[in-house]
Amino acid sequence: MNSRIMSGIFVMLAFPFAMSASLGGDATSVQADQAKMQGSLRTTSGTSYNVHEIQASTGATVKEYVSPAGKVFAVSWQGPFHPDLRQVLGTYFEEYAQAVQTQRASHRGRGPLLIEQPGLVVQISGHMRAFVGKAYVPQMMPAGVHVEDIR
Amino acid sequence: MTRRRLLGLVCLSLTGAWVATAGCGGSGTSSSNSGSGTGTGTNPSVSNVQPISVNTGPSAAAPLNSPYINGAFTSVTVCVPGSTTNCQTISGILVDTGSSGLRVLSSALTISLPQQTASDGSPIVECLPFISGITWGPVQTADMTIAGEEAKSLPIQVIGSSNFSTIPAGCTSFGPPEDDLATLGANGILGVGSFPQDCGSACTTSGASNPGLYYSCPASGCAVTTESISSQVQNPVVLFAKDNNGVIIELPAVSGAETSVSGSLIFGIGTESNNGLGSATVYTIDPSTGNFTTVFNGTSYADASFIDSGSNALYFLDSNTTGIPTCTDASFWYCPTATQNLSATNQGTNGASGSVNFVVANADTLTANLSTGVANGLAGPDPGTFDWGLPFFYGRNVYTAIEGQNTPAGAGPYWAY
Repeated sequence: MNSRIMSGIFVMLAFPFAMSASLGGDATSVQADQAKMQGSLRTTSGTSYNVHEIQASTGATVKEYVSPAGKVFAVSWQGPFHPDLRQVLGTYFEEYAQAVQTQRASHRGRGPLLIEQPGLVVQISGHMRAFVGKAYVPQMMPAGVHVEDIR
Repeated sequence: MTRRRLLGLVCLSLTGAWVATAGCGGSGTSSSNSGSGTGTGTNPSVSNVQPISVNTGPSAAAPLNSPYINGAFTSVTVCVPGSTTNCQTISGILVDTGSSGLRVLSSALTISLPQQTASDGSPIVECLPFISGITWGPVQTADMTIAGEEAKSLPIQVIGSSNFSTIPAGCTSFGPPEDDLATLGANGILGVGSFPQDCGSACTTSGASNPGLYYSCPASGCAVTTESISSQVQNPVVLFAKDNNGVIIELPAVSGAETSVSGSLIFGIGTESNNGLGSATVYTIDPSTGNFTTVFNGTSYADASFIDSGSNALYFLDSNTTGIPTCTDASFWYCPTATQNLSATNQGTNGASGSVNFVVANADTLTANLSTGVANGLAGPDPGTFDWGLPFFYGRNVYTAIEGQNTPAGAGPYWAY
């Protein structure tokens, strides 16, 4: 495991259905969901950022990266099916959907998605029964955090 | 001039008459089912070989003028189950080893197929997530023929049907719809990948563990439902009476950009005189993900690599890792100043290992001419992943064995080349 993540607070929420905070939102709803669902919580101490890992009931693993200011600056997921991206991407979902449609024509065919806009980066790859994705807001990344840390 | 005539002329001018049939067709033409032999075995090279063409595809024609690049297209014939006359041959179908099941645009389908229904009589409609979009439409049943093979009573998806125009929010939460030629890039997708069905056991479960691919749609509205394995949209190959354990894609070597190239989609592995494994190396894959492992520059990308004829380029890693810049006008393509000759090593879960030499050329140059339908060296970033798209197939015979199906090299899933 990446040492930077190890130095952060690692939180495991094992509740069956609900996602929690979404990209750009704050982390308080994660704690509320955790309490409500009586999920298990695993914490290791650290300082740089928190990772909330949620095992969705459909097999997807969703990670939410929370800054010291309590904001979700990045999300990632992997699994046999996409998670609910409207929930995971939150207010950024419509921007994502628009960017997908804009990029389709210039891509000249089917393949993975790579959107790099000034205020939003989304990467989705894989194939039927095995998808991976990540999204982050560059301006919200805490100092010293690298794109490679989001996995 | 009608659209079809214009389209035919464009295709003829680009690639010749055969391609106009196999890859450039618009919405397809109705025909009787006279071409479907029953596979007597006297001439297997005919009965299990389907011509394919890599070209700019059906979206290249006016009014879309949106040419595909590195798409392998073919045609399929669908009939009302049990009928040999109520049939339609549809061209411009993308051959995709990265998915399973036949999906056809409603706008390309001119015959009426029977609707699959739930036990209460409600129609079954599917939401199928691809990478960055979904296809939404009813599950219908067809007898599908291709080359001399037939999949009887095959559940297929009809995309973009006007009878089910309201897409549930739970479906669009996977991504925006790909429900017409412009967004899908083809008249349909022939998924002949590693899995026998598109969803598998997850869709047979009820409650929160159901991923929400199949819906029951009574007049009152659509709701997620369970779908048995045999009712799911199937890889048509597993329903063939023979040659039902996988496929081979054979395409010629390509240097740089070309207008089109022709090749074959061959059904079965080791079932006929023309589809043996020969000297190909078998790389078994993780049955839960359909991935294997690729090693590049000493770093192993474990269970994060796959071969996919439905991806239109080699997509791998990122600029920081590869040192190859992306294009200034398109961050999803690589644009090296000089063509890069690279090597990676693929590893199967069976321990098989072999190096792959590949090239990355300047995508701006490769895609500059809109009549280019084939481009070896077209590549782009895919952080943390290797997606061996269609350029991997150029100059190789690539075998895709289906999960649970027996072959002379053991049961699938595996790739061999």
